[in-house]
Amino acid sequence: MFLGTIIYGLLNSAVLAVMAIGFNLTFGISGVANFAYGAMYIFSAYLSWTLFNLLEWPYWLAVCTSVLLTMLLGALMYQFVLLRVRGQALAEVIATFGIGLAILELFHYLGLVGFEYTLPVLVDDGVMIGDTMVDWQRILVTGVAGLLVAGLWAFTHHTRLGLAFRGIAQDERTALTLGIESDRIAMLSVALGCGLAALAATVIIPLGSISPSEGYEVLIKALAVCIIGGLGSTGGVIVASLVIGFAERFTDSYLSSHWTMIVSLAAILLVLGVKPSGLFGRQKELEERI
Amino acid sequence: MERRKERIDRGIKVRAGDVFALSSWREMLYLLAPRLIPVLGFLILPLVLNAYWQKVLLSVAAFALLAISWDILAQTGMVSLGQSLFFGLGAYCSGALSHGFGWHPLLALPTAAVLGGLLGTLCLLPVLRLRGVYFSMVTLIIPLMLVRIVEATKIFGGTEGLSGIAPLPSKWIELYLIVTVLLAALFGFRRLMDSDYGLVLKAIRDNDRSVINAGINIYWFKAQALFIASSLAALTGAFMTHVYMFVGMPVFALDYSILPIAAAVVGGPGTLAGATVGAVILVPLSEALRGIGGLRIVFYGLFLVVFIVALPEGIFHYIQRKYHQFERWVEVQ
Repeated sequence: MFLGTIIYGLLNSAVLAVMAIGFNLTFGISGVANFAYGAMYIFSAYLSWTLFNLLEWPYWLAVCTSVLLTMLLGALMYQFVLLRVRGQALAEVIATFGIGLAILELFHYLGLVGFEYTLPVLVDDGVMIGDTMVDWQRILVTGVAGLLVAGLWAFTHHTRLGLAFRGIAQDERTALTLGIESDRIAMLSVALGCGLAALAATVIIPLGSISPSEGYEVLIKALAVCIIGGLGSTGGVIVASLVIGFAERFTDSYLSSHWTMIVSLAAILLVLGVKPSGLFGRQKELEERI
Repeated sequence: MERRKERIDRGIKVRAGDVFALSSWREMLYLLAPRLIPVLGFLILPLVLNAYWQKVLLSVAAFALLAISWDILAQTGMVSLGQSLFFGLGAYCSGALSHGFGWHPLLALPTAAVLGGLLGTLCLLPVLRLRGVYFSMVTLIIPLMLVRIVEATKIFGGTEGLSGIAPLPSKWIELYLIVTVLLAALFGFRRLMDSDYGLVLKAIRDNDRSVINAGINIYWFKAQALFIASSLAALTGAFMTHVYMFVGMPVFALDYSILPIAAAVVGGPGTLAGATVGAVILVPLSEALRGIGGLRIVFYGLFLVVFIVALPEGIFHYIQRKYHQFERWVEVQ
């Protein structure tokens, strides 16, 4: 049981990291707290489901299309809504929250809930580690988590666009004087964040099923991971997903599944109260609290 | 030839702002009308409406109170995404007092307001130092957490809730109580926000560091604003508990967080009157849209976005401007 809990803690952490990384990227670069993140996750899941099951497109084409369309939706959201309230953090929060709410409640209204609303697993098989059964899909998620973290690190440190991303994250005005168009970069960062949400949906949804309430859950989990790790810090995301992932699994096996959510929420409150910039966020301390 | 819009105060506004206001009926009316219309409206409407719309008026008043409470917090620089926290705490306090100890509703209401206010303040006291988005995130999370705690520990009836709570003595007491509370809160807190005390609160929103510089303890003031806002929302929650004769996990639902924000944003944040106007528009609208069921929340979400982008000042400021000023096109030199 103990070994099983450890293994599942690790896999759970990978799921959390994949969920949170897009939110973290957008916030870290453009400072936009994208509260429509959970809605983007669910939107892309339903989109791939529709393309794959109703229109019977090949799987890879359906997934790629839905990721691209979600990115496009994110870019449109930035261009038509966020651009006009840019810089007013609270207006941004209310606007993105409103969009997310509208999308999620629309799906809720359409009532697309049930076991048939799920995406296919890539490999329908498992492997025994010790005496614990682990399915390949979860291992795939772990692999994706590793690839994403490494890929994003390489992207932000070694490509022109990635360096521009970090430029506007550090100082928007100085970046402007160097010819980096901050509005366009911010738009790209929102779009990329939404695309990562879509990617996360593609690999995580097969573990369960698609439902609008999942959208709120994803948003809360992404917020939890990002707050604990420090908003905008990739290292923080990894450490925080490990913390929450293990905490959740251990409460689940040794206490009761009712307390799983409470533990992660309590962890957020604790970290926010003591160190609001999170475990690894060092910049902008004065903007966060006084 | 380029032109621009020029806004000039109406003559009557300038005269009415002075002692001359007392010299003519027209100017007195100009000053009084905006105040008398809501007062008379809220006092007369219960008499002319039928039983169904009386219930709607009840929820208009309740959501207006929640929106006012949100606006007080927002004016102090604390934007809450979880008004349902305060609402739910008040509801559970009143429910427990009434159900557990058999208190009379009229006694349980004020007690629950104070108790709920204190609990709400205590919940957020540890994060009082947080600013902006970070505070909002915490307020979004706490109600969700309380729901789970109620679910997990099965206190206060757990998922079933407490039912059979004593109602208020009569329908008329119910209606006029909430309407009176609303009018008192609207005008009282408007006055408060215009006083020196309110000035300090607004200054905390505008620039908290310079308020600290002026030797004012901003945490103490923020805690007070939190208490004012949360006890107002707790009172609303307690009141609705006695109206529904039930309290359960739905009191922490998203509705009670979203509708007040939508009302305040649509009506115009920063005036309290705007919050009331927003509730007066949105709640009956949502009743009219009852047929479409769950789609209502979709519309609230879209309303929020449209107003934040297209009319960020809100309806109330817009009307106020038209009332006080006239506009004309002039040529740019």
